[in-house]
Amino acid sequence: MNVRKSAAVFEQEFLPVRAKLLEVAAALDRLDRADGSLATDARRAKIQAAIQVLLRPEDDRAEQIQLIFSRPFEDDWRKKLGVSEVRK
Amino acid sequence: MYYIDPHIHMVSRTTDDYETLAKMGCVALSEPAFWAGYDRGSVDGFRDYFEQLTVFEPKRAGWYGIQHFTWLCINAKEAENVSLAREVIAMIPEFLDRPGVLGIGEIGLNKNTKNEATVFLEHVELALRTDEQILIHTPHLEDKYQGTRMILDMLCDDGRVNRERVLVDHVEEHTVRLVLEQGFWAGMTLYPVSKCTPARAVDIVEMYGPERLLVNSAGDWGPSKPTAVPDFILEMRRRGHAESLIRRVVYENPIAFFSQSRGFVFNPPDVAEHANV
Ligand SMILES: [Zn+2]
Repeated sequence: MNVRKSAAVFEQEFLPVRAKLLEVAAALDRLDRADGSLATDARRAKIQAAIQVLLRPEDDRAEQIQLIFSRPFEDDWRKKLGVSEVRK
Repeated sequence: MYYIDPHIHMVSRTTDDYETLAKMGCVALSEPAFWAGYDRGSVDGFRDYFEQLTVFEPKRAGWYGIQHFTWLCINAKEAENVSLAREVIAMIPEFLDRPGVLGIGEIGLNKNTKNEATVFLEHVELALRTDEQILIHTPHLEDKYQGTRMILDMLCDDGRVNRERVLVDHVEEHTVRLVLEQGFWAGMTLYPVSKCTPARAVDIVEMYGPERLLVNSAGDWGPSKPTAVPDFILEMRRRGHAESLIRRVVYENPIAFFSQSRGFVFNPPDVAEHANV
């Protein structure tokens, strides 16, 4: 598969990334200007955690942010829901 | 470039959309049975829907030279009504031998409940009994990861399931690896806000390669874009990917997957129709 040069990718992505960062920054400012507190809303903390992921050096940021916004999976879900196993 | 949209709900779209798809190079599509936006009241409601999917939609698609294929089931949302779901599952075989029927779908989970899991397993049982392929819907947003893991658990427990004949749809960055590693086909849905974008779908192709990967629009009655696959093609070209790689994902892969269904009789556009010379 064709692997592109980082300079070429950056050329294409710089303006879109800049624009998306500004959108997020402006939305957070908008939240701050609004009346009341979101301290008890778990979704606000998830947004904060997702922003932290952007600062990590790893190249799986999109996957990690997806997981922040996901309900956890439990191995014993069948027992909890009462769905029997069908080993065949 | 010719392409196939492997997941699109044309009953919710206009005839103008068929025309637009045809102009953009769509030569075939497959339409899984899904939620109409309201719960149907009886098994006869589903019988009428399957009639529409197997008779009228292929005709309407044919007006624009598009070949229409379909999948039958009761979707996960209506599966909460287990007794109705069982009536529908018992009725589905009436339609399985109709032309263009590719299998059972889109079955799956929505809120990851016990009833959904029960009806999912009964659909899988039907598919195994009738030797049909399976197309699977994975839940949206915060339910996707958990629901996808539950679905894979149920499928992998059953040694009778041929994973190459199962398509797990609506994968994203956190679920695609799980699906491909277990040997299933994976579908990426390009859908505003709640699913993947063309750029992220191309990222996934770059990270995992084209093997067993499909791209679809899942166009339906909600805010969706039936021409999302051409958007993906454009993004691939913009990044300089070979035409052969693009064709593999949007044309050859759907044909490879669908060809495992006895209901898939396809006239490639380069070959004159009914060319039995
Ligand atoms: Zn769908």
